[in-house]
Amino acid sequence: MSFLEISGLHKRYGPVAALAGVDLDVASGSRTAIVGPSGCGKTTLLRLIAGFEAPDQGRIVLDGQVLANGGAAVPAHRRGIGVVAQDGALFPHLTIGDNIGFGMGRGEDKRTERIVELAYIVGLDKAILKRRPHELSGGQQQRVALARAMAMKPRLMLLDEPFSALDTGLRASMRKAVAELLEAAGITTILVTHDQAEALSFAGQVAVMRDGKFSQVGTPRDLYLKPKDRMIAEFLGDAIILPASISGGFANSPLGRIAVDTNDSRDVARIMLRPEQIGLKRTSREGMSGTPDMLFGEVTESEFAGSTCTIAVRLLNNFDPPDAAAIGNTPLILRKPGMDAPAVGEIVRLTVSGKAHVFV
Amino acid sequence: MQSAVDLGRAGLPSQMRRMPRRRAAPWLVTTAVLVALFALLPLAFIVWIAVQTGWETVSALVFRPRVGELLVNTTLLVLLTVPIAIVLSVALAWLTERSDLPGARLWAWLCVAPLAIPAFVHSYAWITMVPGLHGLWAGVLVSVIAYFPFLYLPISAALRRLDPALEDAAAALGLGPWRVFWRVVLPQLRLAICGGSLLVGLHLLAEYGLYVFIRFDTFTTAIVDQFQSTFNGPAANMLAGVLVTCCFVLLGLEVLVRGEERYARVGAGAARYQQRTNLGRATTPGLLLLVVTTLLALGVPFITIGRWLIAGGAEVWRLDEIGLALGQTLFLALAGALLATVAAMPMAWISIRAPGPLQRLLEGCNYIVGSLPGVVIALALVTITVRIALPLYQTLFTILVAYALMFLPRALVSLRASIAQAPVELERAASSLGRRPLNALWSTTIRLSAPGAAAGMALVALGIMNELTATQMLAPNGTRTLAMAFWSYSSEIDYASAAPYAFIMVAMSLPLTWLLYVQSKRMAGR
Repeated sequence: MSFLEISGLHKRYGPVAALAGVDLDVASGSRTAIVGPSGCGKTTLLRLIAGFEAPDQGRIVLDGQVLANGGAAVPAHRRGIGVVAQDGALFPHLTIGDNIGFGMGRGEDKRTERIVELAYIVGLDKAILKRRPHELSGGQQQRVALARAMAMKPRLMLLDEPFSALDTGLRASMRKAVAELLEAAGITTILVTHDQAEALSFAGQVAVMRDGKFSQVGTPRDLYLKPKDRMIAEFLGDAIILPASISGGFANSPLGRIAVDTNDSRDVARIMLRPEQIGLKRTSREGMSGTPDMLFGEVTESEFAGSTCTIAVRLLNNFDPPDAAAIGNTPLILRKPGMDAPAVGEIVRLTVSGKAHVFV
Repeated sequence: MQSAVDLGRAGLPSQMRRMPRRRAAPWLVTTAVLVALFALLPLAFIVWIAVQTGWETVSALVFRPRVGELLVNTTLLVLLTVPIAIVLSVALAWLTERSDLPGARLWAWLCVAPLAIPAFVHSYAWITMVPGLHGLWAGVLVSVIAYFPFLYLPISAALRRLDPALEDAAAALGLGPWRVFWRVVLPQLRLAICGGSLLVGLHLLAEYGLYVFIRFDTFTTAIVDQFQSTFNGPAANMLAGVLVTCCFVLLGLEVLVRGEERYARVGAGAARYQQRTNLGRATTPGLLLLVVTTLLALGVPFITIGRWLIAGGAEVWRLDEIGLALGQTLFLALAGALLATVAAMPMAWISIRAPGPLQRLLEGCNYIVGSLPGVVIALALVTITVRIALPLYQTLFTILVAYALMFLPRALVSLRASIAQAPVELERAASSLGRRPLNALWSTTIRLSAPGAAAGMALVALGIMNELTATQMLAPNGTRTLAMAFWSYSSEIDYASAAPYAFIMVAMSLPLTWLLYVQSKRMAGR
């Protein structure tokens, strides 16, 4: 049974439909990420779950308790849902200690001890508790916001792009720390982000949102390798999309015969490969002769960026595919390790590993 | 009327701190130092007079029942008026900024409009409507009505600037709407409330005409009485000394209460727009509060002036007399505004382009002098001119200097804000495009800051136009400004003849008040 059930949620702002029918089930103790481009309605959804606004239509049920049903909604302060906002939203007029203790009762037992404990849990030094929010770095502010939200022992934690204001390096480590922390505390968590890598690495369930609706919900691996359509595929990472005919678990494509993840038979289909499925092997023009079943290409561009190198490869020979001519002239863009990447003009042999995904 | 000053100080994040320090040209620094020293002259003179008079006379003049009485009156006035004005302004600001009250924008403007009516005209309106009005409570009533916009302006600006995410966060932490207001919203209004209260308090100390009408004695009215009976004797000067002390107490209190806190938004990114609270059944009481406030603060003066104008008919419009007064007022206002703006320029430029400890000290001097009551500055200038430079006594020069001293902070704030909007990079870009230094300055910084400078001049002019005490004491013989003419007619209980002057003052102030309102909105970033 799911812990949080959202069904048929609609919300309009004037002529703009921010949410146009959202359904979501979240299991207890799990982590869910909602990812989508800015303006897709993900923050609105979060605000409705938190109770800052009421939906126009639809239901939100948390642990058997109806939080919102159409316009009737339980106000935010009676929901017991923790929220960590993008920039922390710390109270500038209170010390860090008072910020963390804000949601506790004033005379609550062992208030000070709990504040210190929470600070310790989120990895803050005790000395910091006397300071003011503006004296803290962005990462520290986020930790305080997290501790403040955890202080009220929330049933559900909502994270609204909490890492987006942080430096790239800090972001990854914060993400990992927060995930572990919430896991240990057993708090069900929903993360909203526009960063696909963040969504894929943080959550057990990812929902891709577009134009106020979920276009696909699933595990990170499913979503990455078996996206429903081209837009999702490209949103979650680089994708090579090719025309092909499929039958018997294999596709005939410009890249030759490739295993696919379906047994359907269709003359016209589109298949998707992730660039990392394509391997390159250095060879020369002489090496091409006498190997008609192999695929060769020429490196036309090479852009070095430290650890990786982006390479454009133009295919030199085509297998007999449907509308191959157009594809054959479009170079494949591949990201390869920066060390020992082939240079412009070199001839490479291409191999495909794993299965290609067929779009329905 | 120094709310522009106040808005600049009420904790708005100042851009200039982040600018790299640059060395200012020596002549600029010298000018700024001279202006600041000149501004300190009135203060220095009070101290000098006290020293010269000798301790015995001073203590005899200061420690007497009359002073005690005045002190009680003034203290009670401040202690009663300020809290009432705070509560009223917070309520009005919340209603107009954060609730879905119908016509919120119109109401917001109506809450600022009372500033267009000089305080003594408010008082005139009330005393002719309710002739028996007098004493402390009458003083509190009229003072609240005349001065609450000084609190309303910064508070509503602060409310507009608050990050709604904080309120959301508090709600998510389990706080109901009322507790959110008390624990999150109100604490963040502290700076605005402190700044506004200081401003109201200083006005209460400085106002003369308002309290004469309702026969309520404060230090300022007593000083003017004393001056009129004994000229610039030590008695008036010592009363002024006590009044200055009161001002310093207020300034100090404000610094203490305000503390060294930073209430600006923490974190990056633009704040979301706030949602307005649905008032529901509270709409009617909310509207009622605004209607009553507007009736008291705008209705009473307008109705009274209208009534007297009708009663007086055409004959109160003595056009030659009114024309002369209008001409003199406009001349004094423009000349004073120009002088104040020119005097403020070096300071403003230094504070943006080359900030540092010296600049902060100089600016502090200017602010302190700007917060002194007009009567004190006037008295000091009378004493100085009579004792040292008699030919300057009651000359155009002296009265303009007095205006410049009183209203310098206003010009300074507007200038500073507008220079800050003209980044130095533009000047450099113009230079790199081949303009010569002066030409580069002209085509960038000066061009860009001109509107702000004009706004500052307008605000100074507004202050001068409605100034009464210092003008009476310092203006050359034969001067008769609108305020003076109004005052002399209404002192003779010829309320009908005074009405056209009140009308003209209000009519001329209204557009400037609008300017103030727009400026406060812009300072809040919307």
